[in-house]
Amino acid sequence: MKRAVSAMVLMGLGLHAAMAGAGEKVAMPDPTASWNHLWYHVLIDLAIIGIIFLTAGLYWVWKYRATRPNQIGEGPKLSKIGAISFAVVPAFLFMADDFYLAAKGWTVWNEYRNVPRNAMEVKVTGSMWSWAFEYDNGVSTTFMPDSKEGEGLVVPVGKPVVLRMTSTDVVHSFFLPDYRVKEDLMPGRVTYLWFQPNKEGETIATCAEYCGNRHSFMWTKVKVVPQAEYDTWVAKQKQGAGA
Amino acid sequence: MSTASSGFKLSEWIFSTDHKRIGILYLIGSIAAFAVAGIMALLIRIEQSAPGPTIVSDVYTGGDQYNVWLYFHGAAMILGFLIPGLTGFAANYLLPLMIGAKDVAFPRINALSVWLFWAGIVVALMTFIVPDKPDVMWTGYPPYSVTTAGNTSLYVFTVHLMGFSSILAAVNFLVTIIYMRAPGMGWNQLNMFVWSCFTALIIQLIFVPVLASAVTLLLFDRYLGTHFFDPANGGDVLLYQNLFWFYSHPAVYVIFLPAMGIFYEIFATMAKNPIFNYKAAVYGGMCLLVAISGEVWIHHLYYSGMPDWLRLGQMVTTLLISVPVGLMTISLFGTLYKGAITFNIPMYYGTAALYLLLIGGLTGIPLALTAMSVHLGETSFTHAHFHFIMGIFATFSVFAAVDFWFPKISGRMLNVKQGKIGFWFNFIGVNITFWPLFIIGVEGMPRRYWDYSQFPAHFAGYHKVATIGAFIVAIGMVMTISNWILSAIKGEKATDNPWGSNSLEWTHTATPPGPGNFPKPVTVDANWTPYTYK
Ligand code: HEM
Ligand SMILES: [Cu+2]
Ligand SMILES: [Cu+2]
Repeated sequence: MKRAVSAMVLMGLGLHAAMAGAGEKVAMPDPTASWNHLWYHVLIDLAIIGIIFLTAGLYWVWKYRATRPNQIGEGPKLSKIGAISFAVVPAFLFMADDFYLAAKGWTVWNEYRNVPRNAMEVKVTGSMWSWAFEYDNGVSTTFMPDSKEGEGLVVPVGKPVVLRMTSTDVVHSFFLPDYRVKEDLMPGRVTYLWFQPNKEGETIATCAEYCGNRHSFMWTKVKVVPQAEYDTWVAKQKQGAGA
Repeated sequence: MSTASSGFKLSEWIFSTDHKRIGILYLIGSIAAFAVAGIMALLIRIEQSAPGPTIVSDVYTGGDQYNVWLYFHGAAMILGFLIPGLTGFAANYLLPLMIGAKDVAFPRINALSVWLFWAGIVVALMTFIVPDKPDVMWTGYPPYSVTTAGNTSLYVFTVHLMGFSSILAAVNFLVTIIYMRAPGMGWNQLNMFVWSCFTALIIQLIFVPVLASAVTLLLFDRYLGTHFFDPANGGDVLLYQNLFWFYSHPAVYVIFLPAMGIFYEIFATMAKNPIFNYKAAVYGGMCLLVAISGEVWIHHLYYSGMPDWLRLGQMVTTLLISVPVGLMTISLFGTLYKGAITFNIPMYYGTAALYLLLIGGLTGIPLALTAMSVHLGETSFTHAHFHFIMGIFATFSVFAAVDFWFPKISGRMLNVKQGKIGFWFNFIGVNITFWPLFIIGVEGMPRRYWDYSQFPAHFAGYHKVATIGAFIVAIGMVMTISNWILSAIKGEKATDNPWGSNSLEWTHTATPPGPGNFPKPVTVDANWTPYTYK
């Protein structure tokens, strides 16, 4: 249903380029890699526009300095056709760039929102000011930023992870800077995000929506470990909980 | 500074219904807000210069102190400085003069607007007196703003007072522009600044009531026990965010449009050129911007769990903003083409504005892309983006406006040397402050953090540089503002039209203009425009 509506919006706007982009199949989706790739394209796009305008502006400022007192500018008086073309042509150029970027952004966005079927699900609860994680297998963990005690989020390498998130009090946002993704958590709604942990190691997730006094401290460890290590970790957690 | 010839009487200012005096009252109030909010910025920057407590007491109460500074900085800069500085001071002082009118349509309502604005400033300043200082940021999102121990009512009442003030001003000026133009003055002969205010005030009139109702519901939830934003009782937290940004995105155009208008005036006058492609800038730029402004607010809710079709739909509308803004930019740059440019303080700010507009505008494009913004949103990248366009471009427009119209307002010339040195401090300082924040923003530095120990150690270096930059700006600001005060008292006397402008406020009024503005009623013919240099 949602896809049907978005497709209609698209066609209504005549964005055929975006449609083509959205339809492309990506072998192993990895939003983080796609983000980095898109960022690179966007930077080039911005640099081109910026350099053209800035060069023109600064060159004119320098070139057209008044050379004698009471000098009058000789700026062009556009004819009707000139005026219309100077509006319509740039407008279409801007729109072309907009649709080019929209198409690229749309494709990446689809990756962000389409959770792979084999994703491992973890429930995340945000509270002022800590994170709690609940795994399908019954394991639950948390993390204390002050003492750095607690396991935080532990996931096996190579397997997509989807987080289903809600908050017990105010709005928070689960932000994984290294995975280029965030999504808000709020009471009364469940939101989600997913990421593809392709590299072992430790990183952080930190709160990105203002939530009061200890907002800056609301972070947690995120550990990506080999599958075998993950399995022993799960076993140990279950034992710990049983004991 | 006085427009009457006899000595200074405070009551003549407080009870004045003269748009020029009211404009100056707006200027004084907004510069006061700017100064206090600027001191807050310095405190914030000192705190961020190193991880761990720098000037706050400790890690447990540090947030309580820092968040109040940040709340005041954001709220006062936008509600107390930029909006009143542009649509209060500049619009008041200049609109009647530019259209050849004796005053605004409803002078007493105008006086009421400035009183409400001053009351708003007083309520905002109470932040520093009350024991339960507000800490809800200028966005005031519930449930935090409902459950916090801080005083949310001060936030709500500040918004109410500023909001009523700007609704009254919007009605007043729209009527003035529509009905009080000098005989013979058609819509296509208006100053760009008049058009920019006309379009900005339409936005004010449509959208401020939405903000006022959002914060009123907040007040009810907080103090009367209603549940508009409380999901446990059938409410919805996202309702507030939608209402808030439905106003607050258009609000950035209330700031952006007059800022552009000011730079058009400065460029045309200093280059002695007509506006390049006037109609494209007015209709394809300003008017189209108003039309699009209400359909893009979701770009502030890209990661707030909104439906995907909305996030994508408004990604497209947000990107399309580049069309009107692009047309205005081409027209602004084009106004310099084949000009005869004189360099003075306003033109220094104007030249800087070319660069600031590009950096601020272009960095908005990644933030417009839904997929990019899920990383860059709420980081110091966003923070640097909106400082470039609002905190610097628009702020420079207010400074440039005061510098440009200073001879008319005060009857005296500024100290050029001090003005130019102040400019360089400001310009160099803002670059040193905000470029490092772009860089660590891309690496993930979140906004509204006073501590960042969980992040790589090199972030601290960037923060230190930014803090040094902020102090350089502070020196520039002190030089700039003290220049206004000193020059108003003992500057060299100004002639009626020192820049050789062709706009009515320079060609047809005394310096400073007396009561009633124009010695003789003004009429213009069909060939007149403010930019016809012969
Ligand atoms: C050069 C002078 C300025 C400096 C050094 C400065 C610095 C800062 C800093 C450090 C923050 C907080 C960053 C964070 O913790 O996330 C901030 C936030 C902000 N500033 Fe400025 N600022 C300046 C001028 C301005 C101006 C002129 C405006 C006018 C629009 C402005 C508007 C804001 C807003 C709206 C916020 C966001 C507050 C919030 O997060 O609720 N700033 N500024
Ligand atoms: Cu938080
Ligand atoms: Cu916006």
